[in-house]
Amino acid sequence: MSASLRQLRGSAAIAGIATFGSGEAPGFTDMEILAQSALAAVADAGLKMSDIDGLCTASVAASMWTMPVIEYLGIRPTFINGTMLGGSSFVAHLLPAMLALQSGQCKAVLVCYGSAQRSAQFGRKEVAGVRKFLDPQPYENPYNPMLPVSAYALVASRHMHEFGTTRRQLAEVAVAARGWARMNPEAFMREPLSIEDVMNARMVSDPLSVRDCCLVTDGGGAYVLVSAERARDLPKKPVYVLGTGTAVWNRQVSSMHDLTTSAAKDSGRAAYEMAGMAAKDIDLVQLYDAFTINTLMFLEDLGFCKKGEGGAFVENGGIAPSGHLPVNTNGGGLSCTHPGMYGIFTVIEAVRQLRGVCGERQIPAANTAIAHGNGGTFSSQSTAILGTENVL
Amino acid sequence: MPNLLDPPLKGGVQAAYQASLNAGNFLIQQCIHCKLHVFFPREFCPHCSQPGLVWVKPSGEGVVYAVTTVRRKAEMGGDYNVSLVDLAEGVRMMSQVENVPLGSVEIGLRVQARVTVRDGQGLLVFDAVEQQWALV
Repeated sequence: MSASLRQLRGSAAIAGIATFGSGEAPGFTDMEILAQSALAAVADAGLKMSDIDGLCTASVAASMWTMPVIEYLGIRPTFINGTMLGGSSFVAHLLPAMLALQSGQCKAVLVCYGSAQRSAQFGRKEVAGVRKFLDPQPYENPYNPMLPVSAYALVASRHMHEFGTTRRQLAEVAVAARGWARMNPEAFMREPLSIEDVMNARMVSDPLSVRDCCLVTDGGGAYVLVSAERARDLPKKPVYVLGTGTAVWNRQVSSMHDLTTSAAKDSGRAAYEMAGMAAKDIDLVQLYDAFTINTLMFLEDLGFCKKGEGGAFVENGGIAPSGHLPVNTNGGGLSCTHPGMYGIFTVIEAVRQLRGVCGERQIPAANTAIAHGNGGTFSSQSTAILGTENVL
Repeated sequence: MPNLLDPPLKGGVQAAYQASLNAGNFLIQQCIHCKLHVFFPREFCPHCSQPGLVWVKPSGEGVVYAVTTVRRKAEMGGDYNVSLVDLAEGVRMMSQVENVPLGSVEIGLRVQARVTVRDGQGLLVFDAVEQQWALV
């Protein structure tokens, strides 16, 4: 890693965050949910929309999404980034935003997302049909894998084969997420969930049942990134970006080099190097849990346990409230919210925890957090290490 | 190097691959420089970045690397297999194992390639080689 990348450590801070329409937002469009999230995040930062001169966003459906968003928000940004890596995009936006702030290209970057996926008339089935033409995977589509779930199921089958991981261990991930969600008023699913509930749930693509799969919700989120210096003058406790990295090795699951190792190994290494930290220095972890297998893979690839030991790591409530590592403290994509792309919510929950505003689910004395985004089918990986002033 | 197995149609490699499947032939690519096999078809070698991929006929022998059963309502056609298969030539592809019950497609199962026709197009599927599991 270059010295100048290391010098970016702590140079920028998240000064404002917000969510809107988490769960169900009937009657709203993607853009309206995004706009409400954006306005609230800018206000949370103690800024006005006219202060925003940097914009990062991405959409599952619209390939030129930055333009209508800029138009809708009524801004004229000098820094625009529409990097679209699926769900990890909003973590991946951090590094170019930090560089833009450091170079003076802009002074306040708004990263924002909104989706009415659950309530929309033009739903997932239609999008999946259109995608076969606009974004073909000609060597997989003819076999009708139920994407994305079948790709994650294939990974889970291999993880089980190589390491003896069990469906019960996968179920532990879903049950832990629900345990956290029960303490989060914003979470969409908060009723009790047992290991047996997960294991007896309807199978979708073996070995994953419907309770191994993330929710389909509406919702939006936004955050505002400014220089560390400026953040100290703004009303909310700054949460500094200590390290971040992004890695992509493949798009299709059939092109994954090794089904049980994701590019999170590289994105994590880059983030740790920039932060000068290791997994042992991290107080809490927000991992993109589109499916239960994701959490095991990312715990391993980000160094919280050895490869193959993710199943044992989560056993007996290991990542549930009162476990040995707080993971997905908002309830994650499995139980809190999953409006198409979840990445931005890993950042938002990490910031809330580091601000210390999480109420019943607050992790005491939390100073460092990982927000990790995943996109496609274990295709794109983005890791961010965030911290309070105490660890600068 | 003459490419004796050049598929008949002009155009890119995706069209060439499909044309050969439509004619009942399963071909993959091999790099004339680094000798590695390549799947899915590329315009240049993803291993050594050189142009010079030629079509070769693989043995068709494979081993199931990962497996899932996609659940689908009976009235929509019922459940079906999706597998990742590692070919003897060292490449991996998505496919389906067709000649055995869904539950018996397991990782390590030895399979043999077969070209079938689906929706009017040639498609590569696999059949289990009876009672043979590889150590993987």
